[in-house]
Amino acid sequence: MLSVSLCGNRLRNPLILASGVRGNSAELLIRAAREGAGAVTSKSCSLCPREGHSNPTMVADGGIFLNAIGLSNPGVEEEIGEIRRAVRKAGVPVIASIVGFSPEEFGRLAERMEEAKPHMIEADASCPNIEHGGKMFSQSVEDAVAVTKAVRAATSLPFSIKLSPDVPNIGQIAKACVEAGADCITAVNTMGGMLIDPYAKKAVLHNRFGGLSGHALKPIALKSVYSIRKAVGDGVPIIGTGGVACGLDAVEMIMAGATCVGVGTAVALRNGAFRQIAGEMREFMRKEGYRSVSELSLDEG
Amino acid sequence: MASHTVAKIRGIEAENELVKTLTLDISMPQAAPGQFVMCWLPQFSEEKPFSLSAKSPVRLTVAARGAFSKSLCGLARGQRIWIRGPYGRGFELKGRRILLVGGGYGFAPLRFLAEEAKKRGIAALAVCGARTKSLLLKPAPCETIFTTDDGSAGIAGNVLEGMRRALSRGKFDLVYACGPEKMMEAVAKLAQRHGMRTQLLTERYMKCGIGACGHCCMGEKLVCADGPMFYYEELKKNSEFGKVWRDKAGRKVPL
Repeated sequence: MLSVSLCGNRLRNPLILASGVRGNSAELLIRAAREGAGAVTSKSCSLCPREGHSNPTMVADGGIFLNAIGLSNPGVEEEIGEIRRAVRKAGVPVIASIVGFSPEEFGRLAERMEEAKPHMIEADASCPNIEHGGKMFSQSVEDAVAVTKAVRAATSLPFSIKLSPDVPNIGQIAKACVEAGADCITAVNTMGGMLIDPYAKKAVLHNRFGGLSGHALKPIALKSVYSIRKAVGDGVPIIGTGGVACGLDAVEMIMAGATCVGVGTAVALRNGAFRQIAGEMREFMRKEGYRSVSELSLDEG
Repeated sequence: MASHTVAKIRGIEAENELVKTLTLDISMPQAAPGQFVMCWLPQFSEEKPFSLSAKSPVRLTVAARGAFSKSLCGLARGQRIWIRGPYGRGFELKGRRILLVGGGYGFAPLRFLAEEAKKRGIAALAVCGARTKSLLLKPAPCETIFTTDDGSAGIAGNVLEGMRRALSRGKFDLVYACGPEKMMEAVAKLAQRHGMRTQLLTERYMKCGIGACGHCCMGEKLVCADGPMFYYEELKKNSEFGKVWRDKAGRKVPL
């Protein structure tokens, strides 16, 4: 009932561990698969190891989550080994996330990562914490296309480009990426935000700004996915990510146009999140008379 | 809502030349021994995890080792610190007669445990070890056997010596350990040979503290969310317990 296909891979359900959640290590990816994820995405790796920002790197304030981990990761050379082990043992498709600070770096990372034979690559062109000339690659058509072309030239593996919601024209950006060779769109990354502690008179995150996730991100993600689907047409897969914490959230994301659904913050909030969300999806579909995920579509009448 | 609770330092007690216990003006009645809080010093722009050494009022026992803990130990009465938590899985109090084994400042959370055991009428015996007399912590609110590696106080030798002494008096329903990982492993193995289970308190470089970022992974376990308390059996097949931790970038480093 829940199985879907994504870039030539069959997934037992459309729920994908989102990048950045629960780490770079093979064992955490294997665990997410064991806990019911349909596919798993590793935390982004860069060419060199990165320590990331100092703490506080993630805080919760009511239903709001804000993080600026700062892309800490052990570097692509160590990550290749982790991805290779995950591919061997996870039993579900493994998506390796890469993050570069120039299009050339994205190309080199994609080329190196091929060695680990992940099922897909995800190019994190939208981390909101690292400034590249004051903005992210996915905040302009031109930069997003440059990253896409560099990754396309470097690998024959299917790849997705992960976009920021912090733009007025995400549909246009996604369409340009698809035309430049992206096989899939992941939308969205976190939304830029800030929390202030009035007693400390300081921004709470060490980096001051961070990425907003959790429940508050869902309407932003739904609108982004909807806009992307309208722009790219029916054939291009979309991994809809942002604020999905229960089965109904996942159904909504698919109705907005997503092929698969990324689950991030909810993995920390709910024990056994994947199995619970999948169960809730099944229950909804059974009650409402849906037989497959592809039948979940929006009535635009 | 706010991400952190502002707490004032109400008292500071020097435990030894390295370790201070800060008493705060907040309480966490729901907290269990072994749980931790994230402590943010905005003026120092850093936040680190600390095990609770009491809950009402909250006490943190801090060893002035790194830059952050030195700053924390340098604060005066009346100054404020920012706290979020408590987080993680704490110790589970079970049985009628328990043994607590702590090495270095790892003894601090076991004092909180001894306090809770006392409230519930569970008989506790504690072993508190350190390299030397000047690094010993204050005793727990139960009988406490001290050991020092150099023999400057208590039994000469490591905590295992103290533990053997305790075991010569009979069996315990459960052993609780906190301290360096290799020490805890040795304690758990000795306990196992005597047919006893061990709950131990683990530590890794922590970032989010709430099970999201995955940085504090130990094999497939997350220290912040699955732990920091684990039964030794849960870690026996763990690929990293007693062997590897990860640095700030997440690179594996031999323990």
